[in-house]
Amino acid sequence: MTGDSILVAIALFTPLVGAGLIAFLGRWPNLREAVSLLTAVFLAGVVFYILPHVVSGDSPTFSLFEVLPGLQLTLSVEPLGLLYASVASGLWILTSIYSIGYMRAHREEHQTRFYTFFALTIGAAIGIAFAGNVFTLFIFYEMMTLVTYPLVTHHGTDEAVRAGRIYLGYLFITSVGFLLLAIIWTWFLTGTLDFQAGGILTGKASNTTLLVLLALYVFGIGKAALMPFHRWLPAAMVAPTPVSALLHAVAVVKAGVFSVMKIIVYIFGIDLLHTTGLTVWLMYAASFTILAASLIALTKDNLKARLAYSTISQLSYIILGAALANTWGVVGGSMHIVMHAFGKITLFFCAGAINVATHKTKVSEMGQIGKTMPVTMIAFLIGSLSVIGLPPFGGSWSKWYLITGAVSAGHTILVAVLMVSSLLNIAYLMPIVVRAFFVGPSANSPGETKIKEAPLFCLIPLCITAAGCLLLFFFANDLYQFLTAIVQS
Amino acid sequence: MELMENNLPALIVVLPLLAALLAPFLGQGNKSWILATLTTWAVLAMTIRLFIQIDGLANAQGVHETFISYAMGNWKVPWGIEYRVDPFNAFILIIIAMISAMVTYYARLSVSKEIPVDKIRFFYALWLLFITGLLGVTITGDVFNIYVLLEVSSLAAYALVAMGKYHSRKALSASINYLVLGTIGASFFLLGVGYLYSVTGTLNMADLTERLKGLHDNRTVITAFVFLLIGLSVKMAFFPLHGWLPSAHGYAPPIVSALLSGVTIKVGVYVMIRFLFTILGVKFIFEELPSAPIFLVFASLAILLGSYMAIQQFSLKRMLAYSSIAQIGYIVLGFALANESGLTGSLIHIFNHALMKSGLFLAAGIVIYQVGEADLAHLRGLGRKMPFTMAAFTAGGLGLIGIPLTSGFISKWYLVMGAIDRGLIILAVVILLGSLLAMIYVWRVVEVIYFKSAPDSSSEVKEAPWALVLPTWILIGASLYFGMDSSLPFHMANQAARFLLGMQ
Repeated sequence: MTGDSILVAIALFTPLVGAGLIAFLGRWPNLREAVSLLTAVFLAGVVFYILPHVVSGDSPTFSLFEVLPGLQLTLSVEPLGLLYASVASGLWILTSIYSIGYMRAHREEHQTRFYTFFALTIGAAIGIAFAGNVFTLFIFYEMMTLVTYPLVTHHGTDEAVRAGRIYLGYLFITSVGFLLLAIIWTWFLTGTLDFQAGGILTGKASNTTLLVLLALYVFGIGKAALMPFHRWLPAAMVAPTPVSALLHAVAVVKAGVFSVMKIIVYIFGIDLLHTTGLTVWLMYAASFTILAASLIALTKDNLKARLAYSTISQLSYIILGAALANTWGVVGGSMHIVMHAFGKITLFFCAGAINVATHKTKVSEMGQIGKTMPVTMIAFLIGSLSVIGLPPFGGSWSKWYLITGAVSAGHTILVAVLMVSSLLNIAYLMPIVVRAFFVGPSANSPGETKIKEAPLFCLIPLCITAAGCLLLFFFANDLYQFLTAIVQS
Repeated sequence: MELMENNLPALIVVLPLLAALLAPFLGQGNKSWILATLTTWAVLAMTIRLFIQIDGLANAQGVHETFISYAMGNWKVPWGIEYRVDPFNAFILIIIAMISAMVTYYARLSVSKEIPVDKIRFFYALWLLFITGLLGVTITGDVFNIYVLLEVSSLAAYALVAMGKYHSRKALSASINYLVLGTIGASFFLLGVGYLYSVTGTLNMADLTERLKGLHDNRTVITAFVFLLIGLSVKMAFFPLHGWLPSAHGYAPPIVSALLSGVTIKVGVYVMIRFLFTILGVKFIFEELPSAPIFLVFASLAILLGSYMAIQQFSLKRMLAYSSIAQIGYIVLGFALANESGLTGSLIHIFNHALMKSGLFLAAGIVIYQVGEADLAHLRGLGRKMPFTMAAFTAGGLGLIGIPLTSGFISKWYLVMGAIDRGLIILAVVILLGSLLAMIYVWRVVEVIYFKSAPDSSSEVKEAPWALVLPTWILIGASLYFGMDSSLPFHMANQAARFLLGMQ
């Protein structure tokens, strides 16, 4: 085993060991949360330490054990996976800080269980990110569903349990019913499940079979929330806000679109898809989701529900990018994984901060809230602008590449879809900011103009992610260079 | 030592038989349990030894002609009774011995609470007789001998089911029901054997195989096949002849249920596969006769309806019993595909399901031991009070669903491969649909265990003694281990499958 391989192993086992320690230290909350934070920092350090190896073209590989003859649990790092792992582990640090503030301010119960499963989820995310074959990806994908279940049902109320059922139901029906079938079928057709540059399916099956396989894969990855398999995402919003922030803006949903991207690039191969035109239906399915989810978001008064539908819509941007099956689309889609993660986590952090400070959850109750929580609402504005895709924020670049990709694929109508979607984003996000600063009946008690922000533990992370949205605008070119390696190799 | 090595096939049956005869004379203490435990562990060691012999032969001379023949009492084959061990039944023997060794080790506390003190030694006598019968059916090379030993194990099982203390009236009627249907099944089986004898004049399996080769058009042979099919379907609770199973497995003492669901019905499957693949021949059954569609349709119905019925149950043990009906569906579906992947999946599922289901019944037994009942209502809040037991139950349940890294996943993988290989995607869908139904019946329980708050009356309920939790976790833990590294069960199942299909 070389030095690089050990790094990969460390990256996988850090959150798992951390989870064990957290469970063990449950009786000492300060120590427990310190360990949680340290694990996060250490993991991010390891992931960023792998970065130069991948930039120089290596793909460090680490094999665990053979589950079935010929099918190993293998981790192998490539640029796309590293990107997802960096986002998940980097934002985990901020979420850990935020959780400490949020969970304490809310006096939540079962905090040890919460931190333990949180760490396990990140472990699953690392497994998905670095999976060297579809089989490994599937195993960690299912593991992620299971370990996030206790987080979604954290409150243990009837509502939470019902939401948990929807969550598991959608994710398992799709993954067992479609994804697993697609994987076994691929194994049957090709005799390998390794992710290989250029794909493994070329020349192995008829176009009809490939079309069925693609549909099984795309709908089988329920975490990507492509309509009509999106209902689990709003249901999961019953979870505490840090969970919604990290899991349903970053780790879980991005695991879904990341898997779609990875399968399209490394199993089908974009050349195969480009020449056969098998993904045209997927472009329109994604476009439908983009527009429909944005329209539903407009109707939601509950802030978290609105953000949830916004996420569904934004995820389909990434699926659209993959479906375009050209360099611009794939790079734009992959980049959107990062850009949207920063924008959306900022928005969720803000929603949670508002909840902690004022116990308000509905948009209609948030009039004039910017007067008492100016920092939070400015961060919210920045996050919104990035999600909408306006410069100088990161989100503008990924949209730019997606539009370029749509034009170069010859589907000009998709440009219109993206434009209309941006307008819809403005329509469901900006009123919140406007209401908070200028109009609407004041939600504050009369005469109260004192600044009353959420605890610092909540406030600092959301400022950092908002700053991140701005910074990413200037590093888009580096990202672009890094990501083109996926398509060129 | 040499003497033992050479006589292993006989010893595997004779040792528990002698122990069964000895048990009633051991008094009322723990002695009969100690005897039973030592015997079953010795049997386990011997079956492993035997498998190693077979494995060595298979490596040396190719799988398809590997067997060890043992002439009982030195009466020459085919006049005397032959014990014949090959890669297929050596594998099944290990499963029987493994599960019975672990369940017997678990039995002490559970039995002492459920069976009156003065009857415990008789319980263990019956128990050993039951296991003797199962081992004998599997190892013998003589079809009439199969009938005799099948009845030995069944008669012991009827009596053991009737000993269920909780719901004692229901246990009695379940036992009568089981007895009547089991006897009808046995009669059908005997008639089938009789018809074959009338045509061929032999009862020895290897001899039958040879003599039946030219008789594929013979009406009597086809009639015999139908009788055997029905008789064995009753014994293995194959849909729609499963009616006796839910009550018998549901109301028997937990350890009896564990062996009934984990092993006994699998021995019925063993005999079925033996007749279909070895004696009657895979070509005859699946290519000349239209049996495959019949098996596949009823297997699919077993999977779907068995799982659906499991969802309706409120008693944990009845739920597990209905789940077993569905699992038999998977096993039949696998062998009826009659290709390497499907048959491997079927056999590996016999192994995996034996571990999971026995472990789950033992976990249910722990709940009964600690709480007194194992209905959904009594499980409320047990996740906090009995964390180890409930974790075992949850892990076993995940195995039934077939979550990756549990052994149930390995089974389903090969079964789906087999279905795709036959070009029957619809069967792959049925298998995966079965997983989703399993998810519903398992998750109903998980929700109650972890989310419902405990009733006040149960405040003194605590985790069970290690003597119960440890064997449960060994079975469940093994099922998890073989889900992560399936090389050993795969090797055994695949070797058996290649043997049955006559491959190298």
